[in-house]
Amino acid sequence: MPLSEFRFLTPELSLLGFALLVILLDLFIKQKKILAGISVAGVIVSAGFTMAMWGESGTAIFGRMLAVDNFALFFKLLTLAAAGLVILASQDYVSKFRRFQGEYYALVLISAAGMMLLAAATDLISIYVSLELTGISLYVLTAFLKDNKSSEAGLKYLLLGAVASAVLLYGMALTFGFTGKTCLMCIAEYVQGMPGASLLSHPALILAMVLLAAGFGFKIASFPFQMWVPDVYEGAPTPVTAYLSVASKAAGFAVILRIFFVALGSPEWLSLNWGWMFAVLSAITMTVGNVVALLQSNIKRLLGYSSIAQAGYLMVGLATVGMASGSDALGQSGLIFFLMSYAVTNLGAFIAIIAITNKINSDEINKFAGMGKRAPLLAAALTLCLISLIGLPPTAGLIAKVYIFSGAVQNGLLWLVIVAVINSAISAFYYLKVVKVMWTGAPASEEKVPSTWALRFALGFCCFFVLLLGLIPGGFVGIAQTAAQILAAL
Amino acid sequence: MSFPYLSTILFLPVVGLVIIALWPRPQQKQIKITALIFTLASFILSLAVFYLFNRSSGAMGQMQFEEKLSWIPAINAFYHLGVDGLSLPLVILMTFLGVLAIFVSWNVQLRPKEYFIWLLLLETSILGVFMSLDLVLFFLFWELELLPMYFLISVWGGGRKEYSAIKYVIYTLVGSALMLAGILSIYFTTGSLNMMELAGMSAAKAVIPLAAMFFLLLTGFAIKLPVFPLHTWLPDAHTDAPTAASVILAGALLKMGGYGMIRLCVSIFPQVALQYAPLLVVLAVISVLYGAAVTLRQKDLKRLIAYSSVSHMGYVLLGIFALSQISITGAVLQMFSHGIITGLLFAMVGLVYDKSHERNLDNLGGLARQMPVIVVVFSIAGLASLGLPGTSGFAAEFITFAGSYSSQAVNHIQLYTILGVFGIVLTAGYILWMLQRVFYGPPLEKFAKVTDANTVDKICIFSFVAAIMLVGIYPAILTNIIKIGVEPIARLLGAG
Repeated sequence: MPLSEFRFLTPELSLLGFALLVILLDLFIKQKKILAGISVAGVIVSAGFTMAMWGESGTAIFGRMLAVDNFALFFKLLTLAAAGLVILASQDYVSKFRRFQGEYYALVLISAAGMMLLAAATDLISIYVSLELTGISLYVLTAFLKDNKSSEAGLKYLLLGAVASAVLLYGMALTFGFTGKTCLMCIAEYVQGMPGASLLSHPALILAMVLLAAGFGFKIASFPFQMWVPDVYEGAPTPVTAYLSVASKAAGFAVILRIFFVALGSPEWLSLNWGWMFAVLSAITMTVGNVVALLQSNIKRLLGYSSIAQAGYLMVGLATVGMASGSDALGQSGLIFFLMSYAVTNLGAFIAIIAITNKINSDEINKFAGMGKRAPLLAAALTLCLISLIGLPPTAGLIAKVYIFSGAVQNGLLWLVIVAVINSAISAFYYLKVVKVMWTGAPASEEKVPSTWALRFALGFCCFFVLLLGLIPGGFVGIAQTAAQILAAL
Repeated sequence: MSFPYLSTILFLPVVGLVIIALWPRPQQKQIKITALIFTLASFILSLAVFYLFNRSSGAMGQMQFEEKLSWIPAINAFYHLGVDGLSLPLVILMTFLGVLAIFVSWNVQLRPKEYFIWLLLLETSILGVFMSLDLVLFFLFWELELLPMYFLISVWGGGRKEYSAIKYVIYTLVGSALMLAGILSIYFTTGSLNMMELAGMSAAKAVIPLAAMFFLLLTGFAIKLPVFPLHTWLPDAHTDAPTAASVILAGALLKMGGYGMIRLCVSIFPQVALQYAPLLVVLAVISVLYGAAVTLRQKDLKRLIAYSSVSHMGYVLLGIFALSQISITGAVLQMFSHGIITGLLFAMVGLVYDKSHERNLDNLGGLARQMPVIVVVFSIAGLASLGLPGTSGFAAEFITFAGSYSSQAVNHIQLYTILGVFGIVLTAGYILWMLQRVFYGPPLEKFAKVTDANTVDKICIFSFVAAIMLVGIYPAILTNIIKIGVEPIARLLGAG
């Protein structure tokens, strides 16, 4: 292992360094805002290191444990952006913690480092280790409020996460069992050399594939592993919920895409099968998410179910990757663009909700009444993000849907696209319910809703990108296409 | 590059709304004057385009005032605008109604800033639908129109406004969802999103049968037009919408459906259209007769006009799917004419309601004495709606029926046309009966203090009347243009 390869780890190492720094300084510094500043600085430094690598991509490092490719770099930047925005938005929320603010920021940074490694991991072992690094910090963050709901959410997340990890390990063990390899490219080589031209002649492979999908399905909240989402989202501190719903989900999709595309992407009899699996799961996931969301009265639960539905749309991209023939990468780039759009949109929505719920001290949707009058800018921002989640113009959501569905139609998944578009029509009902309450309801009081500059900056950033991706998406589609280059060959 | 007329027309309302949005604490008056200036500028520019439009036969099948910029290179989508004989009348209709909608809203006091922002955005989105030549851009504007309408109905509406608003959104979204699936399958069959290149697509390597694409698109348009049995959102939305929204909804928004049918369904799939025309003509006749019959039974003035739209849009559908050059020309003229007539009718209902605070026909009566101007204009609008010669309604309906009766494309079309003509008789019934119940009969005590139209109202309603008369007396002013747009389509249909 040449030492020079460590320079590819600078983003993660610098982030961990800043995390330790934050914990240490926490002992001396009374003014906790400085810690947030340092954390954001860490994110920026790490992003700088990541960007410096853009372009010289396409190498495997540490004996094929990690890959440095555009795909990984893109997801690292996405994770960092999410972490940075969450830290900024936490400014209005951390007062609820009273103690351990330093640990809070440090944990956000550490989990971000875990996700960054996850996006780059190309070996079953490195994947598992980074998954646990991410998971454990997130379990703690979820329980950070230490009240009944938050603790329950943390425990639930921990237990179900542990079960999912176990399932995943079974899948990995089986894969290792019949291939004798842990690196994804080596597995791919073995699988391609397997005799027989049907999945039925390889029962172990079926089982391994299903177990892997189940383990990661938990992470991205795909049906039937979505039950934890509403409870955890409701109980966790709101910034953590935002973080979970965006960064953790993006990392989950990154690793699924990498495993299935690199290790199981060919031959065709294999990829078509998991393509179908994801197509069916996608249809069920989005329908479950949308239909149950119709009944919610708590904004965090509503967005929880909405994020399940969005995971369903994202899985359309996974299914497309499986169905795609040849070198066509419309599935990957569609998925990546959708994730970009989803990240800014969902973060924006949660950031606006943090500010509003802080003032009214409630997550109930009907308490949002009259926000259009009390906090016009916050309400307008939240409206914009909800509209983007429906997929209406002039926002990122519309372009993202058109783009991801276009890949699906091209690869013969028109039925799935019809299910998905009908689903987005259903979703309008519950998203607009929130919009309606904010703009037509009578305000409970005339008091304005305060917010810090950090939060306003984060919210403005998200809204700007929601509009930019919706109106002039050309450049970002280009980025998505570049980021779709996954290191697959040895 | 020459002056970008279309982009300017399209985005002037957006400029207006940005100014209004950034204006700190504006007066209601300042807002409406700003809105008026920008919609008026847009209208005047669209008249300039009308004046400069090349009417010679050399321009046949050509898009004019084209603008094309790369937008999303990855999927070959362009910012591509243009007008031809088919879309220009509808663009003018929208800019015209845009100005009048501001007059209609002159007295809006509830949150005027937001109200005019949504109204201006609505105008831009509808204009965008008529001008777009790129399918994704078309779809973007098509969806954009939902939001302003949702807010206009749910905040400034009346009655069960929230129910109606969400019903409207869900209906449209389901339709546009299917439309998106259709657009994407067209794209992957041909590799192009340019409406002009797609005209007359062949079935060679379609990803799904052409008929399936045709119906995916048609469903979206049929919901918007609306066609029986997909019309049930319309009476609710109209009844509960504020007057200006009703004017635009009936006047321009429904036409997006008819326009889409001609531009996409008929032009791209002429053979499929010929094959399924009998089915659609039957639906058209049902819409005409069912709509008219239901209208007769309405007690609410606004709901009555709303149902009459269902019936009149049936003529448009009949004209389109009779598939002859004359009938399609008639359908486009009918869209324009219905736009101004029904726009005026809704404006009149709004006036009557504003002054008398009553919309129920059983409680109205004898208003002719208090409202001499309103009664005359309302009668003109009503007579135009039932197709009195000299009004645009007559010209449009006459051409539509003449065209469909003589069409060679559909079997037994004569029978359907005669059934359709019967709709006019029913129209005469409900219009005259309504006028009688509202304005005539003994004057009622409770309406003694009701006033007539004021100056702003008069500017607005007289403009409508002038437009109705102009098109009625000299329909060639529009048909000359429509002909240029329709003839290439008729040629595709082979019937000629």
